[in-house]
Amino acid sequence: MILHELLSYEFLRVVWWLLLGVLLIGFALTDGFDMGVGALIPFVGKTDVERRVAINTVGPVWEGNQVWFILGGGAIFAAWPPLYAVSFSGFYLAMFVVLAAFIVRPVAFKYRSKRDDPRWRSAWDWALFASGAIPALLFGVAVGNVIQGVPFHFTDDLHTIYEGAWYIKFIGLLDPFSILAGVVSLSMLVMHGGAWLTLKTEGPVQTRARAIGSVAALVAVGAYALAGVWLAFGIEGYRIVGDYVTGGPSNPLHFEVERTASWLSAYSDRPWIVIAPVLGILGGLLTFLGLRAGREVSTLLFSKLAILGVISSVGLTMFPFIMPSSSDPRSSLTVWNASSSHLTLFIMLVVTVIFMPLILAYTTWVYRVLWGKVTEAEVTENSHSVY
Amino acid sequence: MEFGIVELSRLQFAMTAMYHFLFVPLTLGLSILVAIMETVYVMTNRPIWRQMTKFWGTLFGINFVLGVATGITMEFQFGMNWSYYSHYVGDIFGAPLAIEGLMAFFLEATFVGLFFFGWDKLSKVAHLTVAWLVAIGSNFSALWILIANGWMQNPVGAEFNPQTMRMEMTDFFAVLFNEVAQAKFVHTVSAGYVTAAVFVIGVSAWYLLKNRHIELARRSITVASAFGLASAFSVVLLGDESGYSATHSQKMKLAAIEAMWETHPAPAPFNLIGFPDQEARETHYAIEIPWAMGLIGTRSLTTEIPGINDLVAQAEDRIRSGLIAYDALMAIREQREAVDPAVTATFEEHSADLGFAFLLKKYVDDPRQATEEQIVAASNDTVPQVAPLFWAFRLMVALGFGFIATMAYFFWRASFRQMRYPRWALHLAVWMIPAPWIAAELGWFVAEFGRQPWTVDGVLPTAMSVSALSMTEVALTLAGFITFYTVLFIIEMGLMLKYIRKGPFQDVSETEAWVERHNQRLAGRRNADAIAMPAE
Repeated sequence: MILHELLSYEFLRVVWWLLLGVLLIGFALTDGFDMGVGALIPFVGKTDVERRVAINTVGPVWEGNQVWFILGGGAIFAAWPPLYAVSFSGFYLAMFVVLAAFIVRPVAFKYRSKRDDPRWRSAWDWALFASGAIPALLFGVAVGNVIQGVPFHFTDDLHTIYEGAWYIKFIGLLDPFSILAGVVSLSMLVMHGGAWLTLKTEGPVQTRARAIGSVAALVAVGAYALAGVWLAFGIEGYRIVGDYVTGGPSNPLHFEVERTASWLSAYSDRPWIVIAPVLGILGGLLTFLGLRAGREVSTLLFSKLAILGVISSVGLTMFPFIMPSSSDPRSSLTVWNASSSHLTLFIMLVVTVIFMPLILAYTTWVYRVLWGKVTEAEVTENSHSVY
Repeated sequence: MEFGIVELSRLQFAMTAMYHFLFVPLTLGLSILVAIMETVYVMTNRPIWRQMTKFWGTLFGINFVLGVATGITMEFQFGMNWSYYSHYVGDIFGAPLAIEGLMAFFLEATFVGLFFFGWDKLSKVAHLTVAWLVAIGSNFSALWILIANGWMQNPVGAEFNPQTMRMEMTDFFAVLFNEVAQAKFVHTVSAGYVTAAVFVIGVSAWYLLKNRHIELARRSITVASAFGLASAFSVVLLGDESGYSATHSQKMKLAAIEAMWETHPAPAPFNLIGFPDQEARETHYAIEIPWAMGLIGTRSLTTEIPGINDLVAQAEDRIRSGLIAYDALMAIREQREAVDPAVTATFEEHSADLGFAFLLKKYVDDPRQATEEQIVAASNDTVPQVAPLFWAFRLMVALGFGFIATMAYFFWRASFRQMRYPRWALHLAVWMIPAPWIAAELGWFVAEFGRQPWTVDGVLPTAMSVSALSMTEVALTLAGFITFYTVLFIIEMGLMLKYIRKGPFQDVSETEAWVERHNQRLAGRRNADAIAMPAE
């Protein structure tokens, strides 16, 4: 097969770096509001029916949304195998916690309203809260760690060794900057969940969602801005030194990497990327205003723009780094040395080009069928068939 | 055997995989049965079929959600616990997993919500389409997962790249149309269909025994037994096809399942039963069926199937060849910029056996330092534990034939005996409910345990695939999974039983009114139209 050589290896790597971003953003935009709604459930719903209204706004769509997460994992495995190997084994216990949340959440949605016992239901409500809030926090913490660099190195035959005893590996993730990054992602997804509930509900649930969502929007903007200042003055960046090829074999050990004063030098090299953080902050502020003003459709759109800006700003700032190593910078994973082979990237691109538009089309259709508010009356009437 | 990080990680993988597969087969089969029931509803417009769709759909939903939830564990575990595996074969193995997400999982997951929530929001035909999309999505999922798994059994279309120290894809279509993957796919989905058929018949039989929901139960048995009979035939026949493809790709697994220590002149007999003795390398008290193994394994009377002892000797040769490849690989790595073409040629000549040199890593860091005894020990390591494979396989096959018999009996009663079933048969059907799950788990056990000591057959040993984790970490997550999965299992079973006891609870008055009208119509022309009954 030589067809794949029509597209250069370098080009395919950049495309897959973009697609990695698309998948993460797709996940945050769709499953993000599920997590946000989960984190909000105990607070926006005071009665059982109110909580069921909130749950049923995401009831028919969470399964499809969760596939963004699964596909994200699969795409990292297929397109960036070293990244998959290093991050999943390196963040081992944190991954387990995320996994636990993603196992509990579907079960909680599905099983919560299958028994009438109030204790049963309340237990599942808190399970939904935890399985929404904890991963939302941990995803940000993970990004915070990646920005600072993660302590791992490769042996000569590319075994990954992650430094530190197991409890250090776990507790060590929670440094102040990473916690701040966790606050950004948690508040951002709560804001998104609030915007979704505002669109999909009415009455007291909507009122509470708007109130909490607008606070979350302000927290997200503030924490994000603070993280930016911290990044400018308090955190070292990385850069590749010496000669390197962008279309060579995927072996991280072929590169030389050194620490730099700050990641933000990227903004003098590529000034246009400033658009991302601006979008993040502007989107957050507009979401705040939209929630206050009671705008529904446009607020959700602003919230999406904020998420788009925040996530893409991380990727654009770090490019070409994907996962730098703090203990052995030479082992750092970059776009140029951590991908699959030329052929695999090409085949995966062909498959994506065929199926992604289809997925977007039928997902859009499903959302259109489900358009409209979930009401208390609807939940009560269909008590047996809805969640 | 020493119990270390490899064994602990294997235990966790085995436990989570087998747990995941408690839910998968029912999803595969019930999604199709439900779609068939809804098809009958849309074609005949009879409310009883809608009620059946909703009732079995509810049970499908309770089961489906745990399949989804526990499936995420499977995808994550490769990176978490098997990071060297992920690095080493991710270039090939990752692709089908990602394609599964794109092509199949999005489809089933996006539409499954609409299946439950869309009854009043969609036209009949649109809702039926949704039901079929869920079924197709589920089955496509299985296809891609089994292409990934098939590659672990028979790694085609890939070669080792010394520059990146990993296997890389050379031919995507070889991976896609891998004969092992295709045989496994059809065998596995058929097993899922049998599971669903046994489940539906078992639950319906229980209703008939309790004299409840007769109309729903009889119709369900009729559909399920027809579907189940076809599936039970195909699961056995296509399982035989798996055996045939294993003759080419996994000779050791086949010989171990057969407890065939020595190469037998063709056509080899099939050991119906016996007591394999790993130490003495012989099978005591074997009862043989002449010619059968030769026919199953080679479809001929003249082709030999190699026995375990000969395969061990072959493994020893391949280890020695692998050592040449390993030595060349080390030279290539040292000479990174200017590799001697002679070294490259040597490497390419022996690279297919590189994995066999890795078997020595268990004994020495540098395989080139291995002693003769260690080489012999490593070649003996290529023999999996024979007795468990031998017995698991035979039990699975026996259950397979049992399903054919059961399904044929119920199909005959449904078609030619006015859907009347003797009580003993109904009791048997209820007691049979766990059997397909046992058979499916045994099948996976044979497939995966029989592949040892490899994760990727002949390419990467299991002992080398594992992540550099501490025992504490894996022990913690294993304890977490056990606790967590046990609780979920109890909850799931509780809900399943609750909803089975409750019976159909949707569209009740409409359905009852229709059943009454319908029975009156039938009573009015009893003799003329008896045959029409099963068809509704």
